Amino acid sequence: MVSGLINENPVIYERKQRQQRSTQSLPADEYTVEPIDQQEIFDILFFFFLNSIFLDIKDPEHPYSLEELKVITEEAVEVDDQKSYVRVTFTPTVEHCSMATIIGLCLRVKLLRSLPPRYKVDIRVAPGSHATEAAVNKQLNDKERVAAALENPNLVDMVDECLAPSFD
Amino acid sequence: MERLELKEVQKLEGHTDRVWSLDWNPATGHAGIPLVFASCSGDKTVRIWEQNLSTNLFSCKATLEETHTRTVRSCAWSPSGKLLATASFDATTAIWENVGGEFECVSTLEGHENEVKSVSWNASGTLLATCSRDKSVWIWEVQPGNEFECVSVLQGHTQDVKMVRWHPTEDILFSCSYDNNIKVWADEGDSDDWQCVQTLGEPNNGHTSTVWALSFNASGDKMVTCSDDLTLKVWETEHVGMQSGGGFAPWRHVCTLTGYHDRTIFSVHWSRGGIFASGAADDAIRLFVENNESQVDGPLYKLLLKKEKAHDMDINYVQWSHGEKPLLASASDDGTIKVWDLVS
Repeated sequence: MVSGLINENPVIYERKQRQQRSTQSLPADEYTVEPIDQQEIFDILFFFFLNSIFLDIKDPEHPYSLEELKVITEEAVEVDDQKSYVRVTFTPTVEHCSMATIIGLCLRVKLLRSLPPRYKVDIRVAPGSHATEAAVNKQLNDKERVAAALENPNLVDMVDECLAPSFD
Repeated sequence: MERLELKEVQKLEGHTDRVWSLDWNPATGHAGIPLVFASCSGDKTVRIWEQNLSTNLFSCKATLEETHTRTVRSCAWSPSGKLLATASFDATTAIWENVGGEFECVSTLEGHENEVKSVSWNASGTLLATCSRDKSVWIWEVQPGNEFECVSVLQGHTQDVKMVRWHPTEDILFSCSYDNNIKVWADEGDSDDWQCVQTLGEPNNGHTSTVWALSFNASGDKMVTCSDDLTLKVWETEHVGMQSGGGFAPWRHVCTLTGYHDRTIFSVHWSRGGIFASGAADDAIRLFVENNESQVDGPLYKLLLKKEKAHDMDINYVQWSHGEKPLLASASDDGTIKVWDLVS
């Protein structure tokens, strides 16, 4: 584990006001397929906390959500339900954030567990946001490496910890 | 021109996780011996499938389990069809022998530091190659009594090695990697002095991202590779194997097939009849053939057909069976294997 805080004073942004979902578009009957949209994907990723990512799992130093840290925003989620395609672009808080791969892995696992299996998911760091952007993107999208990582119990524990909902 | 179609013969269910790879047993499918293939999966098992000669349908004859403790990534029959090698993320390669219909694990090859990703037998069945995330390629010599001795550890790739394949007739080994390169390894002396004799990379019109797989044509003078860069590339050599005066005849880039797939191409396999199939993360299977239309500057290879939605999820592996009228098998993240027939 990393010792010492990587980014001691992160900029905290206010959470965006959630849009009320229109109730008029409720499906006419239960067989109508409701397409998955940008906000829904964002909501899936919303309860996704940094507390275990940035350091000591027992003593979380950053009890903020990824949204509050602007690691991911609704605008950075692109979704095409027709093509069953999602792309999430996230912004590590600092350029050399060594946890970028773990954050990306957590995002991928969360979507893997939440979306229908037909979905194709690409995860990437925002252009220019990370010193080794290409290397991180390549690793996050190599499914063999992801599969191998998810057979590692320590890594799975860490991902589960990150994905645990917070109770603030 | 006749219209060809890839007809689904059968969908095989049984694996409980993604199917990574499969291999047709080369000693089956002729002389009245029913076709057999092995498949391997994220469910840590290997399954043996056999065709019923009267119905032509496949069924699972055996499940090889409780040996590998993690994903079984690849499997390969020895040329005689008697032994099956299975490579696993548990860092081992297991050797199985068919003893009267029962498969027994007769040897376990240990040495790689972490995930073993691919395994391949040479043409004579005397050598085995494995590769791993530990960036190395190992060559093992088959000894009497199911003993395997490591004769060489090849370092050269700078990232994990995705696949190893022996040349179909010569003892020349090919490996492809996450480092975007294809490397050619040969024993130029005579004392297990294996060396990298060629690297096919970006400066040689090579791939610009992970190279996932490679396959040879029937005569062994051409090779096709596929990549995360969404292209397929065809390579050729003037002389198969070492030249008479000594020295290695290098491979050169022939052409790049681009614009067909829109997600990572995980698998490519060349049939004896000259058709190569590709399987990709776009769930589609495509077949390509040499373009015989004699137009100047025309493409050297053309798309024969495209089977969209061949599976519900990524296609990880495609392979033609041996024999006169080959069947194509495909393995997918959807946990199924499909057997296809090319019909007109």
